Amino acid sequence: MPSRISIVPRDSSRIEQNRSRMKARVYVTLKPSVLDPQGKAIHHAVEGIGYHGITDVRQGKYFEVAVDGSLSPDEARAEVERIARDVLSNPVIEDYRVELDSSTEA
Amino acid sequence: MKFGVVVFPGSNCDHDTYHVISKVIGQPVDFIWHRQDNLSDYDAIILPGGFAYGDYLRTGAIARFSPVMGAVKQFASRGGIVLGICNGFQILCEAGLLPGALLRNDKLKFVCKHVNIRVETTDTPFTLRCQRGQTLSVPIAHGDGNYFCDEQTLDELRRENRIIFRYSDARGLITPEANPNGSLDSIAGICNRERNVLGLMPHPERASEEILSSADGRIIFYSLADTLAELAKAS
Repeated sequence: MPSRISIVPRDSSRIEQNRSRMKARVYVTLKPSVLDPQGKAIHHAVEGIGYHGITDVRQGKYFEVAVDGSLSPDEARAEVERIARDVLSNPVIEDYRVELDSSTEA
Repeated sequence: MKFGVVVFPGSNCDHDTYHVISKVIGQPVDFIWHRQDNLSDYDAIILPGGFAYGDYLRTGAIARFSPVMGAVKQFASRGGIVLGICNGFQILCEAGLLPGALLRNDKLKFVCKHVNIRVETTDTPFTLRCQRGQTLSVPIAHGDGNYFCDEQTLDELRRENRIIFRYSDARGLITPEANPNGSLDSIAGICNRERNVLGLMPHPERASEEILSSADGRIIFYSLADTLAELAKAS
């Protein structure tokens, strides 16, 4: 059962106009109440290698989301917040944090 | 009565499930491609095991946005029978049809072996042919089967008798050693409040014929067929 993929022809002027202007960083982390066996394994490895003073490691996810210039910074933040909440994280087990990087604005 | 087995890109237990329904319990069944958004022809929907969308992001996280999942939600809200097996359970949790989430196994290993699960209640369309306390020998095959929910949800599940299967030893004792993945309260399967949606990590469809070393799993499909026959009679 093949899925249909539509190829949209490229319009270079449009791509130029919509070139990514902002970048958002989304950090998804396990809630403190959720055990993190992967983080624990990394912690043990780090100790085994001989690094000192490390008391805990928690593993999370990091996303870079490019936003085109048609959105204002406020709109872009709101949009990325929604994506972080609805798609990138699972509220049962994870928290998220969004940072908008305005330095990439033209 | 008709069963539907949903096929996502990355499903890999769809044919096993189809085989058990059509050949073992002898009921009509269709494959349902995940782009289909109308389930009005069906009486029971099964979300099979596999790795839908490669399990990218989180298990079930992308699959829940498939067109068919809107239809599954509607189907379930009207009382339709929905069974999620393994990846199907993970998708049901991501879609909010069941509470909680399936985390990485506590020992970080993909576990593929036969386990025993204890039937905690026969008060569901999926277990009505079972005996309470009966153990079923069924295989698990997952890396993310560690059931987790907050304390309030766990209290609710217990109070409402919605924990349907627990990992146990062969005698039906719940022990830490019998818990293969660190699941909270040894939970292997739960249902929703209305009791028409069930998710479980073990694969009953892989243990439905004697040649596969256990046929214990087929009682779940027979229970479903009984339920559908009752519903058909009533309507």
